[in-house]
Amino acid sequence: MLKIQNNLKVNLSDIPVLKIGELRDEIIKENKRPIAFFGKDWGEGRVRLFVVLEDAPNLLVSSAIFEADERSYECITNAIPAFHIYEREFFEQFGIKPLNHPWLKPVRKNQDNYEFFEMTGDEVHQVAVGPIHAGVIEPGHFRFMCNGETVYHLEIMLGYQHRGVEDMMVKCPSNQLAESICGDSVIAYNTAYSQIMETLKGIQISNKAQLIRKACLEMERAAIHIGDLGAIAGDIAYLMGASVFGATRTLVINTMLEFSGSRFGRGMVTVGGVNYDISQEKIDRALKTFAKVEKDVERMTNTMLKNSTVMSRLEKTGTVSTERAQEAGLVGMAGRACGVDVDARFDFPDKWNEELGIRKKAFKATNDVNSRFKLRYKEILQSFSIIRKCFAKLAEYKDEPFIAQGGDLPKDAFVISIVEGWRGEVVHIAMTDGSGKLSRYKIKDPSFNNWYGLALAVRNNGVSDFPLCNKSHNLSYCGNDL
Amino acid sequence: MFDTLKSRIFQGNQFIKDIKNAPMREQFRGFPILKEGLNCDESVCPTGALKSNSIDMGKCTFCGACQLQGVEFTNGYKLSSTDREKLIVTPQSNYEDYVKSAVEVKKEIVQMFGHSLKLRQVSAGGCNGCEMELNACSNVNFDMGRYGIDFVASPRHADGIVITGPITKNMAYALEDCYKSVPNPKLVILCGACAISGGVFQNSIELNREFLDKYPIDLYIPGCPVHPLTFINGVLSYISQK
Repeated sequence: MLKIQNNLKVNLSDIPVLKIGELRDEIIKENKRPIAFFGKDWGEGRVRLFVVLEDAPNLLVSSAIFEADERSYECITNAIPAFHIYEREFFEQFGIKPLNHPWLKPVRKNQDNYEFFEMTGDEVHQVAVGPIHAGVIEPGHFRFMCNGETVYHLEIMLGYQHRGVEDMMVKCPSNQLAESICGDSVIAYNTAYSQIMETLKGIQISNKAQLIRKACLEMERAAIHIGDLGAIAGDIAYLMGASVFGATRTLVINTMLEFSGSRFGRGMVTVGGVNYDISQEKIDRALKTFAKVEKDVERMTNTMLKNSTVMSRLEKTGTVSTERAQEAGLVGMAGRACGVDVDARFDFPDKWNEELGIRKKAFKATNDVNSRFKLRYKEILQSFSIIRKCFAKLAEYKDEPFIAQGGDLPKDAFVISIVEGWRGEVVHIAMTDGSGKLSRYKIKDPSFNNWYGLALAVRNNGVSDFPLCNKSHNLSYCGNDL
Repeated sequence: MFDTLKSRIFQGNQFIKDIKNAPMREQFRGFPILKEGLNCDESVCPTGALKSNSIDMGKCTFCGACQLQGVEFTNGYKLSSTDREKLIVTPQSNYEDYVKSAVEVKKEIVQMFGHSLKLRQVSAGGCNGCEMELNACSNVNFDMGRYGIDFVASPRHADGIVITGPITKNMAYALEDCYKSVPNPKLVILCGACAISGGVFQNSIELNREFLDKYPIDLYIPGCPVHPLTFINGVLSYISQK
């Protein structure tokens, strides 16, 4: 396998091409976490399969070509379960069947007719919910297999948000489209897309732009986490928490509005840097706001954690064991709350971690909703500390430009860009063809891995605890459906 | 208990008292102003909203890419209209006239929904941006419920639907089903650039926007995403007497 790095261009011809059997053996021998596993139309009915594995701080990449008459292979899922969703996606997109796959149901298409995991018995009943849910949220279909109030299994069917984003990113890529793939992770998605384009075009963005991006990414994390703390409070009918966190989140996103003209940071990041400079006056005002936000969040969280009725709902609800989480390949915040130590900010560090002294914080996971609640709180505090460091450093680069121009796309190149959004790793991969045009754009949202974690979390919980499990994960439908 | 009360006291009152005249930060990109004789380069616009001397707010994502072409975005946030054509801003348009004339108030709508309007939101391919902003409409700052406007869980309880997102093929059936389940008389509100025109996804082959041809649309609320003040003021202007 070829060793590559985050945000570094490689030639397509340098990526090894194996037989699928050899590739499978190699993947199983390496036994590393999959980051991407996707196909590309390789002409004359052939399909080239690319695999990227994590080998922090590096990445391993390899590929295999399926001839026109090769339409199946022995699945990898049975050896490494984390591949289950990738193989399902690959089958759906290219019709190449992973043999003996335990659960080959659709990912985004044909939701009407598929075989779901079914339980039978006199006492068993099913509760079907969706695609339109009770709240103002995105669509997805959930089918609970229950015995009385206890959920034995949750079947999740998504794909209602499928807009064909990967194809559109090849045909008409733009920052505005990248922002709209997943509207709650605007900065993360747009940064990943911009980094891909900058790497391809050979643009070196200024220190100032890097720091502004980093600060905005943490603001996005803090804002959404605060909103989620409020949503968890709302789901256990602790309305004081819901109101206070809701109002506190507003302060953070309104600061983002001051920076970029949009509450979610749309228009902030662009290929070549950032669109808006942040003046010292705005920074001072923002720091004052964040100090208040931090105090509010601290006070409210501690009030909640001291409250026994709150804790009785959070503790031991929606538990996923560390072994299971690792097996299922959970990533990001949901993974960390189950003791899976995956964080792209530190696994693939940029130069600022060292310069600004940003270090990974240890977290003692308890694998339940409480763990996800506390982790969010800890991450909010850490985000504000990173923001302060970035803003302090920004003064040194006052006179730097905040946007740079670049050249054309290179021929036959392959780039991967991983950004740790608030949910987890946002992975973008781009390839160009022989004429220097984009030929494949692959996107992986952390939710793609984590939806199965939610299904594991609700097992043996009451149906009424589902909202709590769901909100504590807060997974993306549109990021998964693309 | 005391801690909870203490938190309550620290927070004070945060609701926006006069939502119709709420101040907006100057950086917000709202109603666009085009100068007379402007000849814009249409290719800078990611959605085709920009024409040489007009801009279509139904397609516009308010990204600001055309600011270099001389288009100016004011912080005017009352963007809603009952007429799709009125969303097209020309050099002759100005914000004050637009706010006065864009929403056509009907007597029967005011009588029927003026004091209570319950809405069912359907996300049909939305990116969760508009959804988050619609959720924010009900938070303690904007508190839309005080005007009798609420989001409800069942279409059976609703007086109309709010659509966000460009309407994907996979959601077309569920959306129509939901619309049919709402008892008559009912409203349809399109919320955000995606719902109104497809927005950045207008060229996607995975969309099915037949619903919009089949049923009448009552209100268009532009934005990407729609700001809570835009939404609340848009709905209020439609259901209350001027």
